[in-house]
Amino acid sequence: MTWYVLRRVLQMIPVFFGATFLVYFLVFFMPGDPIAALGGDKPLPEAAQIRLREEFNLDKPFLVQYFLYLANIFQGDLGSTFRGQSIASQLTDAFPITIRLALIAIIFETIFGILAGVISGLRKGTWIDTTFLMASLLVIAVPTFVLGFVAQFVLGVQLQVMPVNVGRDPSWTNLLVPGMVLGAVSFAYVLRLTRTQVAEVASQDHVRTATAKGLGRGRVITTHVLRNSLIPVITYIGIDLGMLMGGAIVTESIFNIPGIGFHLFDAIRAGESTKVVTIVTLLVTVFVIANLVVDILYALLDPRIRYVSKA
Amino acid sequence: MSPRPDALPGQEHFVAPADEVPLRAVDAVDTESEPRSLWGEAWHSLIRNPVFVISGVLIAFILLVTLFPSLFTSQDPRYCVLANSYGGPQAGHPFGFDQQGCDVYARVIYGARASVSVGVLTTIGVVILGGIIGAIGGYFGGWFDAVLSRLTDIFFAIPLVLGAIVIMQLFKQQAGVLLLVAVMIVFGWTAIARIARSSVMSVKNAEFVTAATALGAGRRTNLSRHIVPNAVAPVIVTATVNLGVYIVVEATLSFLGVGLPDASVSWGMDISKAQSALRDRPSLLFYPAGALAITVLSFIMMGDAVRDVLDPKAKKR
Repeated sequence: MTWYVLRRVLQMIPVFFGATFLVYFLVFFMPGDPIAALGGDKPLPEAAQIRLREEFNLDKPFLVQYFLYLANIFQGDLGSTFRGQSIASQLTDAFPITIRLALIAIIFETIFGILAGVISGLRKGTWIDTTFLMASLLVIAVPTFVLGFVAQFVLGVQLQVMPVNVGRDPSWTNLLVPGMVLGAVSFAYVLRLTRTQVAEVASQDHVRTATAKGLGRGRVITTHVLRNSLIPVITYIGIDLGMLMGGAIVTESIFNIPGIGFHLFDAIRAGESTKVVTIVTLLVTVFVIANLVVDILYALLDPRIRYVSKA
Repeated sequence: MSPRPDALPGQEHFVAPADEVPLRAVDAVDTESEPRSLWGEAWHSLIRNPVFVISGVLIAFILLVTLFPSLFTSQDPRYCVLANSYGGPQAGHPFGFDQQGCDVYARVIYGARASVSVGVLTTIGVVILGGIIGAIGGYFGGWFDAVLSRLTDIFFAIPLVLGAIVIMQLFKQQAGVLLLVAVMIVFGWTAIARIARSSVMSVKNAEFVTAATALGAGRRTNLSRHIVPNAVAPVIVTATVNLGVYIVVEATLSFLGVGLPDASVSWGMDISKAQSALRDRPSLLFYPAGALAITVLSFIMMGDAVRDVLDPKAKKR
C-alpha cells in the first residue's frame, strides 16, 4: 500500500508541472499585448511600458518566465495583476465562496443521487425506476445555464424565495439554490452510476446467500449491496469535486457570485494573464489532488486495485 | 455400411448405420449461413430495442434538419424586422419573434447546424486522436505507454470547459466552428484515450488473440482482425454519449460569449439572448433550449442502447 501511494504521488508531479506549463504556454502565447492595452486609448509612455514588462518578466524568454513564475508560486507569492492589485488578497475572499458552493453541490448530489439511485437500482424496470431515469436524462440534456436561468426566474423572480443575485458575502442559505444547480448534472450521473452498480451487485450470488441465510432486507441492502456497489460512486464524487470548481464559472456568472470562477472569467476578459494562470493553476492543483485522494481511497476500499498495479 | 474388417465376430451390429439414426439436434445447427459477428448480433437485438429505434429516428430527423434546413422553413433566420420585436406567433411564424424581430422557428431550425456540426466534428476528431493515442499505448505497453499515459493525465487535469474558455477568449478574433472544434478536441481527447487504452489492453491478452497468434496470425492481422474490432465497442459508446456533452459545451461557451462568433445562428447564442427577456417571454428560452435538450437526449439514449447490447454483463440481466 505504501508503495502504491508513493507511486501515485510521484506520478502526480509530472502531471502538475505539465498541466501548469501547458496553461502558461497557452496564455502567454496570447495574441495582443496586455501592457500596451493597459492604457486604453491613451498609450502608456514608452518608459513605463518597459518598466512594467521588466516587473512582470515579460521581456525575458518564455521558459525563464515560466520558471520565475513557478519559483514565486512555491514561495507563496501568487503575484499581482498588471494593475498592481495583489492576486492573493483577491483570491482569499473568493476561494471560500467557491468551496462553499462546491460543498453544497457535493452534498446535494451525494445524498439525493445515491438515495434515488439505490431506489432505482433495487426496483429496476418498475415505473419509479423509469421516472428517475428519465428525470436524470433530462437533467443531463438541459445545459446547466438553462437550469440556472429557470431556477433564478421561478424561485427568484416569481416565488421570491431566494435573491435573484447573490452578491457579496453570500450566506449558506443564499448559496443553496446555486449550489444545487451546480451539482444537478453530477446528481444525474451519480444516480445512474448508483443504479447500475446496485442492480449489478443485487443480482450476485453473495447477496442471495445473505438473503437465504435469513438476514432482513434492510441488512442485506446496507451491508451486502451498498458496501460493494458504492465504490465507483465514491470515485466519481471525488473526481467531481475538482470538476465542480471549474464548472462554477457558469453558475457564478448567472447568480453573480464573487467566487473563483467569477474572478477567472473577469481576468480572462481583462487580459490579466498572470491572474488567469494563477487561478487555473489553483484549479488544476485541486483537481490533481482530488484525483490522487480518490485513487488512494479506491485502493483502500478495493484490494484488487493494489494487486493489479503491482504486477 | 460394411463391418470393419478387424471387428470381432458378433460386434458389428452395435454400430447402427448412420442413416438410421435421426440426428435432430445436429440438424438444427445452422452450418450453411455465415456466423453472426459481434456487430451482427448487436444489430439484431438493437433493432428490437424501442429506445434505440426512437433515438435513431430522432437523430435521423435532426441530421436531416441540419443538412437541409430550408426543407423545414422558408424564412431566413437572419432576416429580422425590429417592428416585429417580441411579436407573438403568426401564420408562417409559429414560434413568434425574438427581441430583434427575427423568426424564432427559423432560428431554431437553422441553429441545429452549429450545434450538430460542432458535436459531430468534435466527436470524430476526439475518436481519431484519442483512439490512436490510447490504442498504441495500450498495445505496445512499457515506457511508451507510460509516456503517453502521463501526457493523457496532463491534458486530463485541465477540465474541458475551463481550458476551452481560456483558449477561446485568446483567439476571440478568429472564433468560428473549426477553431471551437479544434479547442474542444485538444481538451477532450483524453476521455476517449483512457477508454481505448484499457479496452485494447484487455482484448490484447484475451485467449482468442493468443489462439490466433498460435495459429500463425501476425501482428498486423491480429490488430486489424481481432483487437481493433473487439476493442472499439466501448469507444463508440462513450463517443456517442459525449457527442451530446460536446453540444452542451458549445452552448455553454456561446452563453459565456466565447463560443461561436456573435452573429452566428446557434441554440447556445439564442438561449443566452433569451435570458434578458425571461420575465416577459419565457418561450424564447423554451424553444432553443428544448431543441438542444432533444438533440442531446437522442445521442445519450442511443449511446445507452448500444452499451446495453455490447456489454455482455448488461445483457445477462
